[in-house]
Amino acid sequence: MWGRGRGLAAPAPSPAGVHDTVETLAALFQYLISGLTNGAIYALIALGFGIIFNATHIINFAQGEFVMLGALMAISLYQAVPWLPAAFVGATLAVTLLGLVFERLALRPVRDRSPLTLIIITVGGAVLLKGLAMLWWGKEAYNLPPFSGAQPLHLGPATLLPQNLWVLGVAALLLAGLEAFFRLTLTGKAMRACAYNPVAARLVGIPAARMVQLSFALSAALGAAGGILIAPLTLGVYDMGTMLGLKGFSAAILGGLGSSLGGVLGGLLLGVAESLASGLISSGYRDAVAFFILLVVLFVRPQGLLGGKP
Amino acid sequence: MNGRLASLVLAALVLAGPAWAQNPPEPYVIGGIFSITGPASYLGEPERNTLQMLVSEYNAKGGIKGRPLKVVIYDDEGDVTKARLHAEKLIQKDKALAIIGPSLTHTSMAVLPITQKARVPLISCAAGIEITHPAAERQWVFKTAQTDAMAVNRIYQYLKKHNLSQVAILTVSTGFGVSGRKQLTEQAPQFGIKVVADEVFGEKDTDMTPQLTKIRNTPAQAVICWGTGPAPAIVAKNLKQLGMKIPLIQSHGAASKKFIELAGDAGEGILLPAGKLVIYPSLPDADPQKAVLARYDEAYRRAFNAPASSFGGYAYDAMKILAQALEQAGPDPDKLRAAIENTKNYVGVSGVFNMSPEDHNGLSPEAFVMVKIDKGEFKLAE
Amino acid sequence: MKGRRPALWGGFVLALALLPLWLRNDYYLSLLNFIGIHTILVVGLNLLMGYAGQISLGHAAFFGVGAYTSGILTATYGLNPWLALAAGLVLAGLLAFLIGIPALKLRGYYLAMATLGFGVIVYIFFVQAQRLTGGPSGLSGIPALALAGFAFHSPLRLYALIWALALGLLAVSAGLVDSRLGRALRALHDSEAAAESLGINTQRLKLLIFVWSALYAALAGSLYAHTLNFIAPSSFDIMFSIKLVTMVVVGGMASIWGSLLGAGVLTVLPELLVVFHDFEVVIFGAILMVVMIFLPRGLVRGLLDLWEYRHFRREGSARG
Repeated sequence: MWGRGRGLAAPAPSPAGVHDTVETLAALFQYLISGLTNGAIYALIALGFGIIFNATHIINFAQGEFVMLGALMAISLYQAVPWLPAAFVGATLAVTLLGLVFERLALRPVRDRSPLTLIIITVGGAVLLKGLAMLWWGKEAYNLPPFSGAQPLHLGPATLLPQNLWVLGVAALLLAGLEAFFRLTLTGKAMRACAYNPVAARLVGIPAARMVQLSFALSAALGAAGGILIAPLTLGVYDMGTMLGLKGFSAAILGGLGSSLGGVLGGLLLGVAESLASGLISSGYRDAVAFFILLVVLFVRPQGLLGGKP
Repeated sequence: MNGRLASLVLAALVLAGPAWAQNPPEPYVIGGIFSITGPASYLGEPERNTLQMLVSEYNAKGGIKGRPLKVVIYDDEGDVTKARLHAEKLIQKDKALAIIGPSLTHTSMAVLPITQKARVPLISCAAGIEITHPAAERQWVFKTAQTDAMAVNRIYQYLKKHNLSQVAILTVSTGFGVSGRKQLTEQAPQFGIKVVADEVFGEKDTDMTPQLTKIRNTPAQAVICWGTGPAPAIVAKNLKQLGMKIPLIQSHGAASKKFIELAGDAGEGILLPAGKLVIYPSLPDADPQKAVLARYDEAYRRAFNAPASSFGGYAYDAMKILAQALEQAGPDPDKLRAAIENTKNYVGVSGVFNMSPEDHNGLSPEAFVMVKIDKGEFKLAE
Repeated sequence: MKGRRPALWGGFVLALALLPLWLRNDYYLSLLNFIGIHTILVVGLNLLMGYAGQISLGHAAFFGVGAYTSGILTATYGLNPWLALAAGLVLAGLLAFLIGIPALKLRGYYLAMATLGFGVIVYIFFVQAQRLTGGPSGLSGIPALALAGFAFHSPLRLYALIWALALGLLAVSAGLVDSRLGRALRALHDSEAAAESLGINTQRLKLLIFVWSALYAALAGSLYAHTLNFIAPSSFDIMFSIKLVTMVVVGGMASIWGSLLGAGVLTVLPELLVVFHDFEVVIFGAILMVVMIFLPRGLVRGLLDLWEYRHFRREGSARG
């Protein structure tokens, strides 16, 4: 490695050219891995937005904070009982419960259900949760050990950590499980019915309030799982949720709000675009790229890639 | 019983001298503005703790020139509007003799027009060179933090000694990183060093593999990362993930136990310039700073049950320099200012200070040593 | 109701004029100056949110564009501060116009997200365009505004300038709300379709009010830059946009005087609560939620409503 500088300066131009192409491809592959890992987390968050939106037509701006809470709770639990599966399950359950409490205390009592009011309430909820997390965990970052080893794996010309595979694998499992739940179980079908036509759903005896609660529980759980998966790569800190939440929402809109396939596609696309942009264009404008894509989608095709009419 | 106690107290007061017997002496008010919450709280918290600790130490010893100290500390949250308002409050309402802080370059820049106009000495705890430069225009402004120029100088000296002449730099998009980036690019030619890659990252970014992948495709022989908070630890992890074997050099912003903890295995072998606080037990006894550092660390541990950080050291030096000047010159603003400017051979936490009308910082690159992380501990690298 | 207005205005102007005589301390005057700047911002945002019913989670961007245009043109290029201020207004207005055309076709969450995304991009630009903006460590050396040799460099002089402008804009906004345009805005707020059917060109109206409120923000930004003589990007981040929304909400949506109150309360509160600085963010979040859940018409109006409700119920039960 130390000698690569000399290798590049080889006099014959053509081998260096081939070498360059290989290196460029390797770099592209590396960007892709990084982008897909982040994208998988965005996808989980985007789905969380979608589930709540379908059930209630609310956008929960506090979704990102569930991600942060998942990560930090798992870290705290792991410090108490150093067994990762327990920390994962425990933290996900705790955040799920919190999602239910949030719905009960912050959203159910609201009488004026205009988007403006609901946006402000959930933004307030996000700020509040972040502030409370800061008081509880302090302002420092914490480490969560990777699920299995930290030795990098070589995948062709690129390298990745076992944790990258964990993120992609568990995210895929969760997404598949969710899809199965919505398609195959009675409760899942009832939730979908509520999304299509709440009045009709109520007429046929589906408990709408219960479905709303379930949607908050599911999306909090998804967010928490995303936070725990990514924490070994990114560390856990009280203010990690805001940006993740916004990116997740951008992904949801990019794919089409309310469409689960769209959310996944949007998340992966956004992650890869960001990674390519910081690798190929300028790393300083990484976040700007994500939001620029969002603006373009909103202005040109607000229903997103796979969404119906908004 | 009560009568006896009262007469005892009375006797003590009479013995203590007329100043005590009449009304209690007016305290010297010292202001503090730190980023205690918000993104730079890792600076503000130890700074506030240190200042409070020192002031109670002085008061326990009877204050300065027989007058107690009173410290008023405000939190600017890294927000320039708040920093500005707090400075006005300290000057106008609390009648502070001098102000210690703010913690950051941009908050210091927002405060100094006010303190200059009010002729109140400001001893900033931030790193930016522009705070005290040019000193002729910034008569009332001093600072105790080492400037980035010194850290860069230290790193480049080290690289030159080890014949590493091509570096990649990876800097954070905050005042700290931008100032580091400027110094890294400006000083490189003097040391015969070439910057072959110049990448940046956001303060809260969590994945720097794209930037490092780009660096991997350059002939860089070392990566220099300039950042604070959790991001430098993520850079270390990402570098390991990419299997890059070239040395990683961090800035003094990573010189904390927390960094070692966050980086874990990926931290091993990382080099960085640091104030001597992090390695003081291994300093030779002849080093004049050793005793000062030990005293500060022990006192801080006793008071807050946590190790002292070099950031808190900025407030330590500021308060000590101010106290020295107060002892010498008293509270008259012009005399106090001149006394601070005349600080010579003050042995502090961040180095040995020699201020002058041209230099309101007074430190030299020797304030830094290169350290290496070895088995989870900082060790002297040279 | 109408009859009370002149007395209210007169009292307010008198209070503003007398306040500096009582508050001889520069610190209090500076605090009032920042309240004035925030009032201008909040009145503008309230026209958009409270009257037209459109949300903006990126208003700090226009504030920043005003501040940076003034700062850069005066500190770097030595332009006359008033010309720079005008340039800031033009630039912010143009930007609002360009972004407003597509953004205001969106509703609810989509508009919220579009304005937020716009705010983030502008903030990143302030941080990254270091040659122009000075980057994250900020831009210093911004001169004071001056009028025929009279420089607004002390808190007292700035107080006169800022509050004269704030007062003027409060009056203009109050007039606007009472005009035909104001009625059209309220129709738009209640139902876009109904407003459309009344022959109101809703798209044009929304755009007009969006640009108008961006101009308020840019003016406030210029004043801010010349008051502080220094600006840094951190003053123009998303959190500041959210604070502005909080000020609107606390003061009460669709309330001109409420804007003054919201700006005042939320500027003074953190100063009073310095002891609780760790809790400041929590308090902001809690205020947003509690006010919107229980008192969606704003703190003052909400408390008045509650009182009236109690009062009338008691009267009612006494009669019955």
